[in-house]
Amino acid sequence: MMGWFSHHVYAFAVAVKRLARAPLVSLLSISVIGIAFSLPAGIYVLLENLQSLSTQFSGAPQLSLFLSLDANEEDVEEIQSRLKQHPHVASFSFVSKDSALEQFKQGTGLADVMDGLERNPLPDAFVISARNSSPEALDALRAELANLPQIELAQLDSAWAKRLDALIKLGRAGVLMLAALLSFSLVAVAFNTIRLQILTMRDEIEVAKLIGATKGFIRRPFLYFGAIQGMVGGAAAWLIIFLGIYLTDQQLKNLMELYEMNFRLYHLSLEDSLSLLLFSAWLGWTGAWLSVANHLSQIEPR
Amino acid sequence: MISFSQVYKRYPNGFEALKNVCFTLEAGEIALITGHSGAGKTTLLRLIAAIERPTSGSIIVNGQNVSALKGGAIPFLRRNLGLVFQDQKILFDRTVFDNVLLPLQISGFSSRAATGRVRAALDKVGLLSREKVRPITLSGGEQQRLCIARAIVNRPSILIADEPTSNLDPDYARDIMEMFLSFNQVGVTVLIATHDTGLLGSVRPRVFKIDHGRLAA
Repeated sequence: MMGWFSHHVYAFAVAVKRLARAPLVSLLSISVIGIAFSLPAGIYVLLENLQSLSTQFSGAPQLSLFLSLDANEEDVEEIQSRLKQHPHVASFSFVSKDSALEQFKQGTGLADVMDGLERNPLPDAFVISARNSSPEALDALRAELANLPQIELAQLDSAWAKRLDALIKLGRAGVLMLAALLSFSLVAVAFNTIRLQILTMRDEIEVAKLIGATKGFIRRPFLYFGAIQGMVGGAAAWLIIFLGIYLTDQQLKNLMELYEMNFRLYHLSLEDSLSLLLFSAWLGWTGAWLSVANHLSQIEPR
Repeated sequence: MISFSQVYKRYPNGFEALKNVCFTLEAGEIALITGHSGAGKTTLLRLIAAIERPTSGSIIVNGQNVSALKGGAIPFLRRNLGLVFQDQKILFDRTVFDNVLLPLQISGFSSRAATGRVRAALDKVGLLSREKVRPITLSGGEQQRLCIARAIVNRPSILIADEPTSNLDPDYARDIMEMFLSFNQVGVTVLIATHDTGLLGSVRPRVFKIDHGRLAA
């Protein structure tokens, strides 16, 4: 047990020493890994943020029910009583055509234009909150209410959120493909770095084999090297994203305020950050393992 | 204990390096292998450490059948052997101390326990004062002693040396040989391939003479 532990401590120490021995080379390969990884991880961060934006707005999905322009007060009362009895309607409010016109005038500053119109072009409307906010239930409710008499249009306000959702899903698929491709490049970087190391360390490996080193003993420092390099590369990617957010956050906030939106970028969650580090470490390890499996057996004592 | 019975070694190009070699070296013995160059001395030593495998025959080292040893067991065989190579195989990218430390790192010693052993080994070969220097600054004799220190640091029961005195002038060579004798006196089995049978002075060890791959009686 003691021997096992000291072997791993030794391998780790050797790997760190090798990284430190060629600082420029290490820095360059770590940067390559970091930049390659910051691309999919950065896009992922962006999508996560958009996702939170869409849930923020579609949190309480509402149905708007617009009556036809020639609906009279009886029609309104009829609909009102039906909505009261409907089991799927949590609450609703009535917006009369007059109050809608008032709101419109105040909100847009187009009061003069509206005053010039002969008659109020806006319909009466109901704004309805559903009990069940799953997309299927909302769609069913919308279809049902659209068939009520004197209803011109039943509109789901979360439609745009759904579109955004679909767009994000598409983006996710893109990120996954990008990540897969760049993961492969990380494996390749580790493979090549280790290959060069093995070639320059031929003598040492040969001597170690001659004086009783097991395959594991020779392999271990290389695997640690690959894993450490991968993990530090992952950390570099994290830093790049962090910097990106730091540099654009204020501008984005200003921009969103112009749209009266409160939108801030958030970095990867702790969980996602750890996944990023572990995944990049694993890729480095894999590249190193492939390289070692390919090249170490070629070095046999002469 | 080293025991060869009917060992043949034939290389892929058809050259027969060893033909029907049989001998037994008991534990604690010292022996020399002599013969013209190309006679098969080095091949014989390499077979003991499983650096090469015999074409046929069996080789027993410390009760293990080396000729049938699985690849994974070879490292553990080698840890019980002290090997001094003809081409030395010193690592010039590290200090004298670190060269001797390597076998202990391979065996998994903690660095504290290892430091004591390395110093003891360097002390035995008279290089303790040079532990921090690079091997390139050592003289030929000192480099050979470094190899010996690396071979004995694991306290092996068998010490095998291939031409350890070949490039040394007679005084150094005698020093080295006396060193091997002193290891033998504390119970280590020693097998040395050499041209110079006269270097052991008054001691008369067993001598195996190889001629064109055959052991002369």
